[in-house]
Amino acid sequence: MNDVAAAPEPVRSTRKTGRFVYIASVGLLCAWVLVPLYFLLINTLSSPETVNSFPKPFIPEFDMGSMSFFAGYGGMLSALKNSIVVAVMTMILSISIGAPAGYALSRFDFRGKELFRMLILLTRAFPLPLLALPLAVLFIRTGLDDTAFGLALVHTTLAIPFAVLITFSLFSGIPIELEEAAWTLGCTRLTAFTKVVLPLILPGITASAIFAFVISWNEVFAAAVLTIENRTLTAFLLVKLSEAPLHLKFAGGFILVVPALVFIFAVRKYLFAMWGIANR
Amino acid sequence: MNPRLLPYLLILPVTLFLGVFFIYPFVLVSQQAFSTGGGFTLDNFRDVVSYWKFPISFKNTMLLAAIVVPLQLVLSLLMATMVSKMEKGRDLVLYVWTIPLGISDLAAGIIWLAIFEQSGFLNSMMSGLGLIDQPVNFLSYQNPLIIFVAIALAEIWRATAIMLVILVAGIGLIPKEYYEAAEVFGASPWKRFTKITLPMLRPSLQTALVLRVVLAFEVFAVVAALGGTLFPVLMGEIYSYQFDLMNNNAAAALALIVLAISIFFTLIILRVLRVPKGATI
Amino acid sequence: MAEIQIKNIAKTFGDYTALHDINLTIADQEFMVLLGASGCGKSTLLRIIAGLETASSGEVWIGGRRIDHLSPKDRGIAMVFQNYAVFPHLTVFENIGFGLRMQKLPNDEVTRRVERTASLMHIEQLLKRYSGELSGGQRQRVAVARALAMEPDVILMDEPLSNLDALLRMEMRAELKGVLAESKTTAIYVTHDQVEAMSMADRISVMYEGNIVQAASPIEVYRNPAAEFVAGFIGNPPMNFLRATPAGDGKWTVAGQNVDGPTSGSSPLQFAIRPEDMRLADSGFSATVKVVEPLGAHLLVTCEVDGTLLRAILDSDLSVNRGDQLTLAPQSDRVRWFDPETTLAVA
Repeated sequence: MNDVAAAPEPVRSTRKTGRFVYIASVGLLCAWVLVPLYFLLINTLSSPETVNSFPKPFIPEFDMGSMSFFAGYGGMLSALKNSIVVAVMTMILSISIGAPAGYALSRFDFRGKELFRMLILLTRAFPLPLLALPLAVLFIRTGLDDTAFGLALVHTTLAIPFAVLITFSLFSGIPIELEEAAWTLGCTRLTAFTKVVLPLILPGITASAIFAFVISWNEVFAAAVLTIENRTLTAFLLVKLSEAPLHLKFAGGFILVVPALVFIFAVRKYLFAMWGIANR
Repeated sequence: MNPRLLPYLLILPVTLFLGVFFIYPFVLVSQQAFSTGGGFTLDNFRDVVSYWKFPISFKNTMLLAAIVVPLQLVLSLLMATMVSKMEKGRDLVLYVWTIPLGISDLAAGIIWLAIFEQSGFLNSMMSGLGLIDQPVNFLSYQNPLIIFVAIALAEIWRATAIMLVILVAGIGLIPKEYYEAAEVFGASPWKRFTKITLPMLRPSLQTALVLRVVLAFEVFAVVAALGGTLFPVLMGEIYSYQFDLMNNNAAAALALIVLAISIFFTLIILRVLRVPKGATI
Repeated sequence: MAEIQIKNIAKTFGDYTALHDINLTIADQEFMVLLGASGCGKSTLLRIIAGLETASSGEVWIGGRRIDHLSPKDRGIAMVFQNYAVFPHLTVFENIGFGLRMQKLPNDEVTRRVERTASLMHIEQLLKRYSGELSGGQRQRVAVARALAMEPDVILMDEPLSNLDALLRMEMRAELKGVLAESKTTAIYVTHDQVEAMSMADRISVMYEGNIVQAASPIEVYRNPAAEFVAGFIGNPPMNFLRATPAGDGKWTVAGQNVDGPTSGSSPLQFAIRPEDMRLADSGFSATVKVVEPLGAHLLVTCEVDGTLLRAILDSDLSVNRGDQLTLAPQSDRVRWFDPETTLAVA
């Protein structure tokens, strides 16, 4: 760069220092995120004895002891299964209910649209897990208590505002002219949607479905309130926090983290686009 | 079919769903909170507020939010501006920085437990450096300050990403021309940040702060993992009313108090960061 | 036969009236251009014909069949959009064949028609590509080919060239005109570009604030604008206006000069003349030169006449400078008159 070469010596050195500070801070912030995860990894891949010993090694010994203890611990595997079942249900429910509304918001001007948007935005400003309390009573009456489906309904309430706003932004990204062109070329509203909009939107829909999965997978409070026998992994770990040995906590924590890592990686392309319009 | 009805048909499922699982439980929780089996009463609120744990859990929740949220705001703004001028490795850095977004508060609590517990990595490091002879039990009742710091760190570690994502998306929406114009008029990088980025980012800051503050009042699992009963917070108290004390009405009353606090702060944030009509991008 | 009849079409959005009682008949195989500034209602009218928008009242007939209650797919129309609307998830081949597939035509028929229209639009080598791999001009060709492949009665085009750069636009203009004449379809073409309208249209409908002000052949619209708006909109630069006061017996006083004009009327009129219809002369309007713009082929001179700015196109060999005093005479058979009350032309 010419202007750098032409700059007088002090300017150049402050720029160099600035650059160094910048790169160092980026590195530091990455370490801030990654190092705690690394510590968890060490604990997970160490034998129970090592996990409980002192001082800790700073490299994992690749011992599956903790993991197999985790797998063998009473109720843990069924809790894992419950977590997956609830999350998949949440994913399906929130997208199939939320996406039509997202489409309506992006394509139509209708009376009450602003009111509807307000309702959606309002739910985000609510400590939603609290609603699990009255629902616990309602669910006992309807036989939904302590079921995966009941919990999935509550998790869907958590995920739906996101599903609506994210699909709204995704649909808004597809020019309406594409649909109009399809109509003039012999499509009905429905076939234009299935032949043109759906293929274009599918990756984005998948990303927001994954997002719903993660919301459910991570939720602790409602899960702990609404399940007794059929605990999800988070609820199970929460209840066992005071009694479970350390290596069990760490292995459980690790299992909680892994899908999150994969999912955030899978949706990373959409993360920012999703939030870009979603917050208007 | 009448095309005018189509949008209503499309939003019907969500409206019904939120009616049943958002508005109806909200009504129920209010009913529970204002009754003790008989008619309307404020007894539940009186009981909840006068319980000895209420002041301390209220103080803890508020203090935690007051320390954590401003730090996260600064940190996420810093990270967002750093990313915005990054050329190489932007995607990788953003991926790493947003990882905590997918991690539950419980997992975050457990992760920081690995660091702060008695045989944990902080003790191991300090003994490796010769600072201590014996591992210290950081998370005991003798060290309330360290418990607080551990919880605050775990919260900052976990929940900065959500703000970062919203802010990065917001910065992406600000046209580059404004910066170029400001640069031509001689604005320093700091001035550009305060005179262009911050004001134009107001809608995103609104969203980010509302989401984050509401989440901060809901802090629960991180505390449960790191502090246990040593650091009572409001959500934890609701949980123990519901399960340990089997008092649904008190739980509901406390839930309404948390809700009221959340709404109060949401309104303040919306008011302070409001965008004048017509001043949007 | 695909004559289009638009009968009493009106469109309101809340309090705002986008179209007032539009009546227009477009002959079979005619190339009709709807011309106007943005917001004049031309796109709304086109979208009502296409069925993408519903009129508040009125009827649309195509080929003797009332179609305004039908959905777009049943109207026998094809449309070309401003931003092309080429489906990004389909190849060029599948884009052009999209409408044919919707009609469930046999495969070999689809292939035959796609290949024929593709070669007509000179894109036969692009059939396997996706829209992301095409330039703007190529996408434009795909969009036109997709509409032509339908072999529609009517083809509707909404500013199809406005996203292309100037050179490409000129090239496509001529090509599109040729292809459409060949295909023998009735065409409605919306544009804000008067050059496009003049060069392509059989007939131009000039629209202003939800009304059709004039519907006539390009040369008629240019020579005999029906209203002040048309005179001021068509032509680059547009017509000059000067105030004329009656001097009795078909004589009018314009900028201190006596001019022959309409014999009737005793209230002031607007005197109008195109810039190229002004000559340097010994007698005429005395003008002070304000700006001289040499445009190569000629000089565009802006000068002040009787307190009004007036443009004249003069020979480029002349040496005219700012501040010069000129005497300009209008070519008398090109003078037009407008009534300032009604803004309409006066014979």
